[in-house]
Amino acid sequence: MDMYFSKEHEWVKISGTTDTVGISEHAAHELGDITFVELPTVGKSVKQFDTVAAIESVKAASDIYSPLTGKVTSINETLENTPEVVNESAEEAGWICTLEITDPSEVKKLMSRSEYDEYLKTL
Amino acid sequence: MSYCPNTPAEQQEMLAAIGVKSIDDLFAPIPQQLRARSFDLPAGMSEFEMLAKMTALAGSNAQGLVHFIGGGAYDHLIPTAVDHLANRAEFYTAYTPYQPECSQGTLQALFEYQTAICRLTGMEVSNASLYDGGTALAEAALMTLRITGRNRLVVDGGVNPFHRQILETYLEDIDVEIVTIAPRDAACDRAALLGAINDRTAGVLLQTPNFFGTIEELTEIAAAAHAAGALLVASTYPVALGMLAAPATMGADIAVGDGQSLGNPLSFGGPAFGYIATTKKYIRNLPGRIIGETVDREGRRGFVLTLQAREQHIKRHKATSNICSNQSLCALRGLIFLSLLGKEGLAEMARLNRNKAEYAKGLLTKIAGVSLVGSGPTFNEFALRLPKPAAPIVETLLQKGIAAGVPLGEYYPGMENCLVVTVTEKRSREEINLLAKELEVAL
Amino acid sequence: MKLIYEQSVAGRRGTQLPACDVPNAAPLAAALCRSESSALPEMSELDVVRHFTRLSRRNYSVDTNFYPLGSCTMKYNSKGLEAAADLMAPYHPMTPLLPGGEALAQGCLGMLHGLGSLLSEITGMDEVTTQPLAGAHGEMTGMLLVAAYHRAKGNRKKYVIVPDSSHGTNPASAAMVGYEIITIPTAPYGDMDMEAFRAALNDETAAVMMTCPNTLGLFNPHVKEICDLAHGVDALVYYDGANLNAIMGKVRPGDVGFDVIHVNLHKTFGTPHGSGGPGSGPVGVKSSLVPFLPNPRIVRKGDGSFAIDRDNPRSIGRTANFFGNFGVMAKAYAYIIQQGKEGLIRVSEQAVLNANYIMSQLKAYYDLPYDQTCMHECVFSASRQLKHDVHAIDIAKYLIDQGYHPPTVYFPLIVKEAIMIEPTETESKATLDAFIETMIEAAKLAESNPEILKAAPVTMPISRLDETKAAREQNVCCIG
Repeated sequence: MDMYFSKEHEWVKISGTTDTVGISEHAAHELGDITFVELPTVGKSVKQFDTVAAIESVKAASDIYSPLTGKVTSINETLENTPEVVNESAEEAGWICTLEITDPSEVKKLMSRSEYDEYLKTL
Repeated sequence: MSYCPNTPAEQQEMLAAIGVKSIDDLFAPIPQQLRARSFDLPAGMSEFEMLAKMTALAGSNAQGLVHFIGGGAYDHLIPTAVDHLANRAEFYTAYTPYQPECSQGTLQALFEYQTAICRLTGMEVSNASLYDGGTALAEAALMTLRITGRNRLVVDGGVNPFHRQILETYLEDIDVEIVTIAPRDAACDRAALLGAINDRTAGVLLQTPNFFGTIEELTEIAAAAHAAGALLVASTYPVALGMLAAPATMGADIAVGDGQSLGNPLSFGGPAFGYIATTKKYIRNLPGRIIGETVDREGRRGFVLTLQAREQHIKRHKATSNICSNQSLCALRGLIFLSLLGKEGLAEMARLNRNKAEYAKGLLTKIAGVSLVGSGPTFNEFALRLPKPAAPIVETLLQKGIAAGVPLGEYYPGMENCLVVTVTEKRSREEINLLAKELEVAL
Repeated sequence: MKLIYEQSVAGRRGTQLPACDVPNAAPLAAALCRSESSALPEMSELDVVRHFTRLSRRNYSVDTNFYPLGSCTMKYNSKGLEAAADLMAPYHPMTPLLPGGEALAQGCLGMLHGLGSLLSEITGMDEVTTQPLAGAHGEMTGMLLVAAYHRAKGNRKKYVIVPDSSHGTNPASAAMVGYEIITIPTAPYGDMDMEAFRAALNDETAAVMMTCPNTLGLFNPHVKEICDLAHGVDALVYYDGANLNAIMGKVRPGDVGFDVIHVNLHKTFGTPHGSGGPGSGPVGVKSSLVPFLPNPRIVRKGDGSFAIDRDNPRSIGRTANFFGNFGVMAKAYAYIIQQGKEGLIRVSEQAVLNANYIMSQLKAYYDLPYDQTCMHECVFSASRQLKHDVHAIDIAKYLIDQGYHPPTVYFPLIVKEAIMIEPTETESKATLDAFIETMIEAAKLAESNPEILKAAPVTMPISRLDETKAAREQNVCCIG
């Protein structure tokens, strides 16, 4: 499975048919204790870098931009009642939604894990 | 009169510490061409002279008018303890409770206020108050648009005309259709209202008692709204809630209203507060400040501003509203008022209002040519039809020190002979008798 | 402390109402009535008085503590203003709207008109509406006026430009009126990056919103250029008056080129903050926007009397029930006439002196992101203290233990660990010196004993509330 990151700290895991989207550990840490995740509706279509979801913590609110163009095929409903899962495991159990993507070549505009780690150092 | 305490000597010390010669040096960053072209204000004065001027100003208003008028502001009794407590400097010279450890007075009081509003309206959650009843209605309308994603509102014409104007102003630049249903016989034209609700409707907005004083039953309308996927917003008069069914029990999704009647003086229209309350599932869509309960690091109960991520200082242009403040001190007055009157006191005040209004209704409708506009039940206001235009009659009675009612011709075409009479617990039997006598004379 | 509901005992009663002097009315239909009275508290008057008196003692307030909240102008609220407002309390707002009623409300109408004239002169604007009920409400009203102006001219405008240092109410107000926001970053000189501004400004810009001095307490030397550039594309310039306390008598936004402004009576004009409201945000405009002002307006007739003018077809309509927060305005009017011309000039001069004094004494201990003469407030950063894992919030909590209400922290958003200090002109050198000493102590403790700061506050009834728990559980009322 390949994992890619965006400049806005979202990640996407490409795995053949289902591609999963979430926010990075860094982003979750920056936000602080997450209090709410506004999940997208299943079936929603998004272009790369369009807003697909939103996330709130006690002191901040952030839009989540889709790393790739596609259609939302499922959402992580556990986040409705336990948004803190994003803080506990932003890159695994805290996934936000899955996408059916249309153009795999769009990953050119994203970063690999090592590129993202380098990018974080510049911030 | 200067409240700047520092003596010239102290100012010199401070300037030296800063490293400049004069105060003018501190304004050096401001280019000369930007300096004020004029600052032509009168000379200042002492506190005593100021109060003499304000006394003279107040004196040039008519004194002791007997109020049988409402229109959104009501002449109610206010227990002395409300002033006494709200005037405590720790309440009125404090600010927004951003630092909860030194603001528990404000925070707990506002939590108690939120609770009082929930208990009065039957709703599950309330915010810490909005500016007034009219803007509260507009905020509720915006809520229905956000929640449903639709862009059509159905508004009953019996909603206070000023509130409807505020709503139109708020929505002027947003793509929303407002359908107003003309009232019939001082009440909601149910058939027309129900007929206007469709699957593009975000919210249905009603007021009860309405501008004519008629009490509206909302259950049927709530059901119709819900069947179409819309929300019902009910604007209610809080003193009436001492007697009338709570909006939540009738099926309303959002309850709003004006809190001036609860412990806030008339004060020529402000300040007072607006309330907004709703069901738990819509809490994230509530505008304004909300106080929540929590514990501190030792497990002790405390209160904080919460769900701030909805608000402008975090979400900026995506906030639920631009509102920054609430009407804290006015909401506090409302809470103290409700605490002093209490469960049975508010019910008794409501009864007093209705008894006096019904008494007035009986006397006034005995006058030849005077009749009720509608036949529906009323609380403390009712609409009368006179045998001639109401405006000149009201003017005549005003000259005698009686504000007899609000003539309706200006707000509802075709109702030039009608007026709304308001009777609160402050109106004595003698005053009501006098109103009837003078009205008869004038007609 | 118990909630009032937790002290309620069935059958207790606070206020006794007058006896009913008319017959009982026939009851309403049961379907319209409550089956049971709402569960409001049942307490004796004494218990209510004790409860709220005790609650009040849990607050810090200007009358009890130095309260240097930046951006809020927590100046002393003189008691004469309260008496002035009380004189105006019994008047009904419908009176002048009744036929023949204007003559009976000349005092109230005259005061509103007089306040409008005074504010026009202070700010250099042509006319003022007193209707907006708070600063943010004034901003929204201002944006509605901007939209009406463009609509009348047939302009197609989409955007409003704000600096990234702006108060959140600026973009929120513009968004409420349907505009899209363009945010301009702050340049090293302390305000909008002019190159970025010029690039963003185009024919579709409806307005530019600015605070001057800005939220860093700095006066923007390019402010006139910004106004001129905006006017060049028929964009209007909005002045957020939150920081007016710095420039009274020195600069008038109207002279600089601003088209529409709001002032905060509860900041600059000495009316009390009331624990978070009520405020009042009158809006001033240049003549180009006068036709769109909210209804009704108060005008002075030829014979000198005051009247209501509701015949304005191009008005944006109504933004409040009646004439605005009249009681707050009575206090502001009283304040302005008491201060007079020299008084207001002195207010701004002393406010700027006090802020610069604090800045000069603390810059050795706290990072100063913009090291230049400030106006009425200064912004420090706790970034030096962060090296010891001490945050701005820890310094704030320590100040509480020392009897101070903390300065504003974490605003403006563009400064990391921001601490914004606005002393106001009503504080003495003695108070400022004691505060400076405490701030220096805090800086030293950050290095030597940071755990003291992190444990603060220890002298208050509660300490470091769990805000996450509050947001997740959403317990906002006591379930009865």
